[in-house]
Amino acid sequence: MCDCKDEKIRALDEVLDSYGHDSGNLIGILQKTQDIYGYLPADIIYYVAQQTGISPAKVLGVATFYTQFRLEPVGKYLIMLCKGTACHVNGSDRIEAAVTAELGIQNGETTKDGLFTLKNVACLGCCSLSPVMMINEETFGSLTPDKAISILNDFRKREEETA
Amino acid sequence: MRVIVGQGSCGIAAGAGKVYNALEKLMNDQDSFKLGITGCIGMCFLEPIVDIYEGEDLKARLVHVSENDADAIVNAVRNNDIASLSGLFIKDEDKSFLDQQTRIALRNCGIIDPTDINSYKARDGYKALEKVLKMTPEEVIEEVKTSGIGGRGGAGFPTWFKWNAARSSKGEEKYLICNADEGDPGAFMDRAVIESDPHNLIEGMLIGAYAIGAKEAIVYVRAEYPLAIIRLDNAIKQAKEAGLIGENILGSGFSCNIRYMAGAGAFVCGEETALIESLEGKRGMPRLKPPFPAVAGYKMKPSNINNVETFANIAWIINNGGEAFAAMGTEGSKGTKVFAVTGKVVRGGLVEIPMGQTLRHVIFDIAGGIRDGKQIKAVQMGGPSGGCIPERLLDTVIDYKALSATGAIMGSGGMVVMDENTCMVGMAKFFLDFTSKESCGKCVHCRIGTRRMLEILTNIVEGKGKEGDIELLEELCLSIKDGALCGLGQTAPNPVLTTIKYFRDEYEAHIKEHKCPSKECRDLLSYVINPDKCKGCTLCARKCPVQAISGETKQPHTIDQSKCIRCGQCIQGCKFDAISIE
Repeated sequence: MCDCKDEKIRALDEVLDSYGHDSGNLIGILQKTQDIYGYLPADIIYYVAQQTGISPAKVLGVATFYTQFRLEPVGKYLIMLCKGTACHVNGSDRIEAAVTAELGIQNGETTKDGLFTLKNVACLGCCSLSPVMMINEETFGSLTPDKAISILNDFRKREEETA
Repeated sequence: MRVIVGQGSCGIAAGAGKVYNALEKLMNDQDSFKLGITGCIGMCFLEPIVDIYEGEDLKARLVHVSENDADAIVNAVRNNDIASLSGLFIKDEDKSFLDQQTRIALRNCGIIDPTDINSYKARDGYKALEKVLKMTPEEVIEEVKTSGIGGRGGAGFPTWFKWNAARSSKGEEKYLICNADEGDPGAFMDRAVIESDPHNLIEGMLIGAYAIGAKEAIVYVRAEYPLAIIRLDNAIKQAKEAGLIGENILGSGFSCNIRYMAGAGAFVCGEETALIESLEGKRGMPRLKPPFPAVAGYKMKPSNINNVETFANIAWIINNGGEAFAAMGTEGSKGTKVFAVTGKVVRGGLVEIPMGQTLRHVIFDIAGGIRDGKQIKAVQMGGPSGGCIPERLLDTVIDYKALSATGAIMGSGGMVVMDENTCMVGMAKFFLDFTSKESCGKCVHCRIGTRRMLEILTNIVEGKGKEGDIELLEELCLSIKDGALCGLGQTAPNPVLTTIKYFRDEYEAHIKEHKCPSKECRDLLSYVINPDKCKGCTLCARKCPVQAISGETKQPHTIDQSKCIRCGQCIQGCKFDAISIE
């Protein structure tokens, strides 16, 4: 590699060094890679493969097996809508309908303004507060369709204020 | 005095972090009381919870606390006038939720500070480890055998047997693994243990490692539990500093390192051989057994895997003796079990009780029965591998065998309670949707079988079911059970089989009459406005996200069925009870 390595690659190299370029640590390496890039870009998957001595196909195999890994960039706010059993029983389908109608996107998609990505997830483990969604690190419980929409509006407002 | 804010994931989601910050802001240097945190007491329905202690005595437990109450709390503590907070006191009937429990695995949860090793030590922490290091590994295994404890991850396989098999396996290099990949939707007791009492897990693991002869122990923890990971990481560091993890532990000559790895989101990794593959950095696909992990597990070396809750009982068993543990429970199921009771109950949270009590006792006496005065229909146990137990079988006792006889399983302890408005066909579809997505794809029975079942169930809930679908589902269920490679596939048909067994009439209503008796399956419903009751307030029309409702102001409105997406927003908003579901 030339000296023109950007900051992200340098951070990735540090990660690879800390994991000893060991194939047994691939999942940890990919998690840290995703922390750096926000997702797993194709050329970086090749780079990780090269650096760990695993074939690119195998790295991609791992990246596509686990739901945590993303091959596409996500919006600024990642909405993780819980579809666990308790949330299902308490009406998560209605929350999903309200959110998809409000944002005009389906599960896995990102809004055109790049603000929100919607992702259905298995169980966030906050079953007593169901139905639940998580936006980035923040958890919102006891949702109703109205409450979910007003939360989205709060995020939009927050965005306008900082803009 | 100490003011302690419950800071588990549930509490934080309910606003406990804001409460803590508000209290901290109001405190000043002259204040003699201390502010602290604890984990999750398991009364999630009351969060955020703030406890006020005088020494070790709990003076008051405040519930549903908001940041706006911070002023009153700080003033009350300063003036030693706790009674002024009586409006926030926990109610007696809610107290009974905790009073009816017997806590072993959860004994410290919501009491100690999970970020402080001394808080754990003050409650006999690491005493069991000290004791064990003076025993032989065989004696430790014998004590665990006496306790009769079975794997709390679901199968209930005797823990001592696994430990003994790993101990007897040839080889110097052995591994002890903790399965903290709590994937069953509806179960969160393992998260609560790690977040609220991480040293208890570490102590249990060290004892297990000593018993089987492992020098390395690994916790495989779900990535969806960021707070659990932070607390575990902190606890491991503290234990290392205290000489409880590492070389020559407490001068005994026994050495063991503990580390953790965060999973990346795959339900199948709860299966032990898939978990091992994942630990090795590969796709989490199950291996063929035998060889069993006790012979060739992680890195093909002898390995032993137990669940978090199992380890959480071990230190107690050593301190109190296996017999004390075995004295609780039934003939075939010893000790206590933790359940995550959720769904349509009044009081949802974590319940730890001795085996042998009835489901009815848990749901009605402890969890307070069904919300909004509705009727219970069924309780789902064991997550996607389990089944739905109908109301008429609620006197079934909690016991591995008795629960299996119903077609459900003990499982990891998820107990999702459903009322009359929950469609059981929809429930079966929900689980098959889950298992078909989570199927790793290695074996045909699971990969294709779950998909075919999901297609049939989807047709049924959309009103496109055909005569013979139920029989076809049953046939598929049996083939998948027989043919699938691992536990995921072998148990995936359970939600379908149990709902067909106990709620066949609901399936038939969907197929023959195109009706959903629980009024839940969207495609079989229509939202209708009663023109006699509608005042034309236009609220529903404004709320409708797809503009399916039209009408003049102060005139009855109508819903265009071809546009309606049946989201139910109109019915929630209507103040005149004019909209009904047909």
